[in-house]
Amino acid sequence: MTEWIELGSVTAIPVRGARCVNTPSGKIAVFRTAEDQVFAVENRCPHKGGPLSEGIVHGASVTCPLHNWVFDLATGEAQGADEGSVRTYPVKVEHGTIYIAPDVLMQMAAE
Amino acid sequence: MEKLVVVGAGMASGRALEHIFEEAPGRFDVTLFGAEPRGNYNRLMLSPVLAGEKEYEQIITHDSAWYEANGVHTRFGETVTLIDRERKVVVSKLGETPYDKLIIATGSAPFIIPLPGKDLPGVMAFRDLDDVNRMVDVSKRPGAKAVVIGGGLLGLEAAAALNARGMEVVVLHLMGHVMERQLDPAAGYLLQRDLEARGIKVHCKAQTKAILGEDRVEAVALEDGTVYGADIVVMAVGIRPETRLAVDAGIHVERGIVVNDQMVTSDPDVLALGECVEHEKIVYGLVAPLYDQAKILAKTLAKVDAAFRPVQTATQLKVTGVSVYSAGDFADAEDREEIVLRDATSGIYKRLVLKEDKVIGAVLYGETADGPWFFDMIRKGTDTRDMRDTLIFGQAYQGGAALDPMAAVAALPDDAEICGCNGVCKSTITGTIVSKGLTDLDGVRAHTKASASCGSCTHLVEKLMAITLGDSYNPAAVKPMCPCTEHDHGTVRRLIVAKELKSIPEIMQELEWKTSCGCAKCRPALNYYLVAEWPGEYEDDGQSRFINERVHANIQKDGTYSVVPRMWGGLTNPRELRAIADVADKFHIPTVKVTGGQRIDLLGVKKEDLPAVWADLNAAGMVSGAAYAKGLRTVKTCVGSDWCRFGTQDSTGLGVRLEKFMWGAWTPAKVKLAVSGCPRNCAEATCKDIGVVCVDSGYDIHFAGAAGLDIKGTELLGHANSEDEALEIIVALTQLYREQGHYLERIYKWAKRVGNDSIKAAIIDDLDKRRHYYDRFVYSQQFAQVDPWEERVNGKDAHEFAAMAEFGLPVAAE
Ligand SMILES: Cc1cc2nc3c(=O)[nH]c(=O)nc-3n(C[C@H](O)[C@H](O)[C@H](O)COP(=O)(O)OP(=O)(O)OC[C@H]3O[C@@H](n4cnc5c(N)ncnc54)[C@H](O)[C@@H]3O)c2cc1C
Ligand code: SF4
Ligand code: FES
Repeated sequence: MTEWIELGSVTAIPVRGARCVNTPSGKIAVFRTAEDQVFAVENRCPHKGGPLSEGIVHGASVTCPLHNWVFDLATGEAQGADEGSVRTYPVKVEHGTIYIAPDVLMQMAAE
Repeated sequence: MEKLVVVGAGMASGRALEHIFEEAPGRFDVTLFGAEPRGNYNRLMLSPVLAGEKEYEQIITHDSAWYEANGVHTRFGETVTLIDRERKVVVSKLGETPYDKLIIATGSAPFIIPLPGKDLPGVMAFRDLDDVNRMVDVSKRPGAKAVVIGGGLLGLEAAAALNARGMEVVVLHLMGHVMERQLDPAAGYLLQRDLEARGIKVHCKAQTKAILGEDRVEAVALEDGTVYGADIVVMAVGIRPETRLAVDAGIHVERGIVVNDQMVTSDPDVLALGECVEHEKIVYGLVAPLYDQAKILAKTLAKVDAAFRPVQTATQLKVTGVSVYSAGDFADAEDREEIVLRDATSGIYKRLVLKEDKVIGAVLYGETADGPWFFDMIRKGTDTRDMRDTLIFGQAYQGGAALDPMAAVAALPDDAEICGCNGVCKSTITGTIVSKGLTDLDGVRAHTKASASCGSCTHLVEKLMAITLGDSYNPAAVKPMCPCTEHDHGTVRRLIVAKELKSIPEIMQELEWKTSCGCAKCRPALNYYLVAEWPGEYEDDGQSRFINERVHANIQKDGTYSVVPRMWGGLTNPRELRAIADVADKFHIPTVKVTGGQRIDLLGVKKEDLPAVWADLNAAGMVSGAAYAKGLRTVKTCVGSDWCRFGTQDSTGLGVRLEKFMWGAWTPAKVKLAVSGCPRNCAEATCKDIGVVCVDSGYDIHFAGAAGLDIKGTELLGHANSEDEALEIIVALTQLYREQGHYLERIYKWAKRVGNDSIKAAIIDDLDKRRHYYDRFVYSQQFAQVDPWEERVNGKDAHEFAAMAEFGLPVAAE
């Protein structure tokens, strides 16, 4: 059984904000909501590549800073009239520390 | 230029001047005398002002900027006491003023019944703003009582307004029913009942005997022995044309100053119009015909043939919640028949008077929507034989199936008159909506004048807007800020102030937000409203700002950023240019571009490089240009008097001063300024949010221009004589916008929504208000003028710019 990989403390991300994790094949955006839920999604809007980590976070959603598409952070699905989805990654929080599933990084590296 | 002197700054002369400047621009050098210490305003709206529904500022029709723009020499508070026709001068307390042409527009004087006690303090007429102010003062005393003598249009409006101010009101009326000139007894009865239901006592057949009191009024006594206590007595029993000047000057006067069809008096160089004149033995007391007179008078002065013809008028009582409409002739007579509809439970009464199958009079009570339709028939003499059976039910019932009110308005003929006061017909309104792209009522008022006088046709104008604009116009529905709330921007702003809400969660809780933490639309708006309302108290919420304002750079399509350092007023120097060049080299910035606002844009900066880029620019003495902000951006300038052979003032210097004073201020949307040194306007000031055009005599201050989604030239706000005054006006204007603008609403849209006049009234006409806004801006600046770059160079929000974790290939491949 592979270990989960530690990303850092929840408090390193502003409430209703996001930070990025750099990987060899691109950025993962890690979000923290007002209720301290944590989500990780690919930092690339399926519309025109907007950096989702720079968007405004509301509820468990984010609005892309480039053209205002809204994504559900849990499912990665675009909301409203827009169609598309962004890739999501499993994360967990234990004792205030965020962990990401290791196979994600493997997979990204392998791609 | 010919010298034109106008005596009387009332409704008729105000309109006449507008027409004169249109018909004969540049022909007359105008001097306008007014006995009142103020310019032309909408007298019809004194009732709403008295009732507290409107402010005086909202009823001004011509402000100082207008007079100035048209070169009118205003002499307000100066009564003309004599006209010397021999020497062609008018005399007032400041001396003689010569004329080539003279217009008498002195209106009328309220009639004061010669009762004992009529001169006691507290006895007043209802004619001008001073009367209104006096009444309002008394109404503030607890338990204050008013007696209104006269139950006509004016008396009842006064009574209802004083009642609305909380006074105990009695109306004394000589005749058997109120408004007997406009209403028949049945409608008069319904009206009296409605007034009494509001707590206004109406005493008909009242013979007033005396006004009682020692030092001021205390009561009114009637012949029948009744005594009513009174702190004020308002006399509204009639008016008589104000003809004294004309009589003394030997001009032909009967009941009023006699004029011919061209509005010329017995002296060919003296014209007259308004309530002071008599035309074919008729004296008019409503504005519609006076506005027609104004048109004709202007044509006469411009030497264009035109003739005034008597017109029919319709009246409506301006008492909120009471609908009465009356038009034409409704007296009983042998050759007339009538159709009456009564609905006792809902208080509806309608009566049409017909002669030879044509409607000649209409009285509507309780439901007046069909008024204009009947009025149209009266004026056109429409034959009603075919619709006789359903005529009284109104337009909706013609032709079988009932129509909705919207369809009824849609069915009105193009030439149907919608606004009686201003004589505006349907096609003019719909045509202007389309050609000018109007979307709100204020715009329609501004461009067509419809609904801009007494306002009783507002519902019709709104229906026409709905018909013309379709679904895009829906005035009744509030347009919520976003799906998270039912409130619109205006309501939210008002409630933030009223309930002293000082944080986003407080607002969301108190105003019952439907989502837990808003959305990308409402949160930035709320954050701005709080920043603007509670400077120094509210702590900015970075997570409620759009990324540009969170990282103080412009996000570009590829996720990189652009950085624009401030160059005050567009000035720079070799040292700054060198620093910019060095930064571009050092950080491999791919594009360096000069912006439309005369600054240098460094495009394609990686986010993680931002703090280092800023550090270098800061080190060279430069601060953020806020080119990304809903805030003050640039002040564009030309070289002005320093270098240019045409420059009248130091436009560069003023631009620098403005930018240094105002930078850092957050605003509802971006704000761009420009200062041009002369009307050649090299800085393109007349398409900016705020623009200054320097002229020999000082500074013309413009605003509400746009060169973005919409392209729009500016409007003139006013004139300043000194740089200091210009700065004060611009700063105050910006603060008014900061306090009133909806988030993302540019200045030109805000101005269109609230009306240029209200902005001018607050910033130009009222020095106290201007200072108040100025002071509030200055106060807020002490918290706003912080260079965001420097803060971040010093470590603020460091998390924004560094990754949370890095995984290189070796780690991932483990
Ligand atoms: C409270 C109120 C409500 C009204 N409501 C309606 C309504 O709903 N519909 C409607 O159609 N009409 C209404 N009217 C009537 C309408 O206001 C008048 O018909 C209109 O104002 C007349 O215009 P005017 O220019 O002839 O006179 P005014 O508007 O009265 O102006 C005359 C001006 O001349 C000035 N003046 C007089 N003598 C001199 C002098 N010697 N030197 C210098 N200045 C002088 C006066 O001070 C005055 O300001 C209302 C009037 C009042 C008072
Ligand atoms: S606007 Fe006038 S003063 Fe300024 S540069 Fe142009 S011509 Fe010269
Ligand atoms: S790139 Fe995200 S909405 Fe267009």
